[in-house]
Amino acid sequence: MTLPVFEPWNDPEAKPLIEFQNVTKRFGDFTAIDDLTIGIYEREFFALLGPSGCGKTTLMRMLAGFETPTEGKIFLSGQDIAPVPPNKRAVNMMFQSYALFPHLSIWDNIAFGLKREGQSKAEIETRVSDMLRLTRLEKFARRKPHQISGGQRQRVALARSLAKAPKLLLLDEPLGALDKKLRQDTQFELMDIQEKTGTTFVIVTHDQEEAMTVASRVAVMDNGKIIQVATPADIYEAPNSTYVADFIGDVNLIEGTVKPTGDATYALHWREGAEPLTVKTATGFSDGQTAHLAIRPEKVTISAERPDGADNAVEGKVLDIAYLGNISTYHVELPSGVVIKAQTANTRRISRRAFTWEDTVWLSWTATAGVLLAD
Amino acid sequence: MNRMSWFNTVSLSLGFAFLYIPMVILVIFSFNESKLVTVWAGFSTKWYGELMQNEAFLNAAWVTIKVAVFSSTIATVLGTMAAYVMVRGGRFFGRTLFSGMIYAPLVMPEVITGLSLLLLFIGIGLDRGVLTIVLAHTTFSMCYVSVVVSSRLVTFDRSLEEAALDLGCSPAEAFRLVTLPIIAPAVISGWLLAFTLSLDDLVIASFTSGPAATTLPIKIFSAVRLGVSPEINALSTIMIAIVTVGVITTSLVTKHQMVRQKRDEQEAART
Repeated sequence: MTLPVFEPWNDPEAKPLIEFQNVTKRFGDFTAIDDLTIGIYEREFFALLGPSGCGKTTLMRMLAGFETPTEGKIFLSGQDIAPVPPNKRAVNMMFQSYALFPHLSIWDNIAFGLKREGQSKAEIETRVSDMLRLTRLEKFARRKPHQISGGQRQRVALARSLAKAPKLLLLDEPLGALDKKLRQDTQFELMDIQEKTGTTFVIVTHDQEEAMTVASRVAVMDNGKIIQVATPADIYEAPNSTYVADFIGDVNLIEGTVKPTGDATYALHWREGAEPLTVKTATGFSDGQTAHLAIRPEKVTISAERPDGADNAVEGKVLDIAYLGNISTYHVELPSGVVIKAQTANTRRISRRAFTWEDTVWLSWTATAGVLLAD
Repeated sequence: MNRMSWFNTVSLSLGFAFLYIPMVILVIFSFNESKLVTVWAGFSTKWYGELMQNEAFLNAAWVTIKVAVFSSTIATVLGTMAAYVMVRGGRFFGRTLFSGMIYAPLVMPEVITGLSLLLLFIGIGLDRGVLTIVLAHTTFSMCYVSVVVSSRLVTFDRSLEEAALDLGCSPAEAFRLVTLPIIAPAVISGWLLAFTLSLDDLVIASFTSGPAATTLPIKIFSAVRLGVSPEINALSTIMIAIVTVGVITTSLVTKHQMVRQKRDEQEAART
């Protein structure tokens, strides 16, 4: 039996819930969003990831209706939403600051949107208590926002934005104000709620771990453009550019010139006199093209002796060790001065560590461990 | 408890003496039996009784209260609107000029404001009376309201309004249901400020009042020119009493709110 895979973006029949068509947004001389085209599908948990000022918040505010595109069109279920004001859109937003109404109780905060819709008292009662149960806030219904903790406030904000059962829920750095432990718990809670309600979620974050954890697809943005849209695994394992490789997680980037050696295999000449590195990739490169080899530290093996039959092996000296408890990152300096990071899981206690500072070690990796990226 | 040093004791007493000796003397002499203000002739409340019989003073008091209530209410509405536009209106043509001009009456000599209003009222043929004083007081107290309200709006989290819009409010509903309740304390203190300013204004009122309508400050001022009577002391004592009660009530309410909020927050931190 195979599990049904949720991949509407690979289905040519599927119609996206949201479509950006050549959207540009300028604030005066500043271009926040630059000719952006993208489709987001129903029931997706879509993450917009990028450094601050990359345009991700502007993109979200255009969906909510607080900004209008300078050029291009945005469609929600096939309808152009540019002329629709925020209060008439089937879109709700969870604000970064939560924006809970301080003068209203938790119950009234959640009921706020329902009352505006003119629902009956009984309907509102039922819906609000459903939301309180979903977010485990029943005990706090009568409290005011300043009488509950940060994590509870965050859940109220979520309940309030979900109460109207929007087609699309926007989350603007929703977990930014929580400490790490609480944030991790809440991420799973968010995913759980997203699955239960079947709502399409678009989340804006600058925290790559968060994006990787919750999202079905991640869009990495920079300077108003989307650099890559892919599943978290693809973004991590097969970045399409050095920018994405560098932005997501830790990476070693080795620059060199490419020489094809047959059957999707290339030799990367990265330093005069050094042995060329072997890389296998499906992407075609021409002879003499400059490229970067991007390789994740955890895919680099560290050993005392030169391993037999390794595709790539280099010798160096341990310069630094970053001990993180579960793993250690070794910074190894090669004779040429290049520093390569290698990560190992600490399966033994630290007193039994095999390598220490100034030790001479060998780093090795397979031909398929890294990704070759054209400049 | 620490004992105060002699220096602190002296500065404290000096400060309070400067502030309150004149008022204390006024209050004491309001209970003077004698008609002569400066000669003590025993305790009596007869001047308070006579004050209650004095039609002219009672009329003036009534006019003053009417003017203060109306002008401060109008000024609060207009001032709040002006503050809202200035803080939220974004960039529009003439914004800098507008924001500069709205504060100009704060520094404008009252005589000039009064005179220009007088010329205006004569120019448009408006008879001077309660209406003209209300208009004049609205004019100068509006900017105080807008200063108070805009300083609150500047720190107001804009995303609260956006959240209201997002949840289906029209911009007007968002203002009524979210913005206004939250800035209400600032609006109320703006109103109180405008009310007090109107209560004790003498200069502008004397330019814009007519024979039919005299406010209390004008009445007191003109009465004093004919000599200080114990009746005026009694009147002033009543005014001091009203203001004192008002100030104490406000501070008690504020303190109570702060205590409650602190308790709430501690409770929230525990759970």
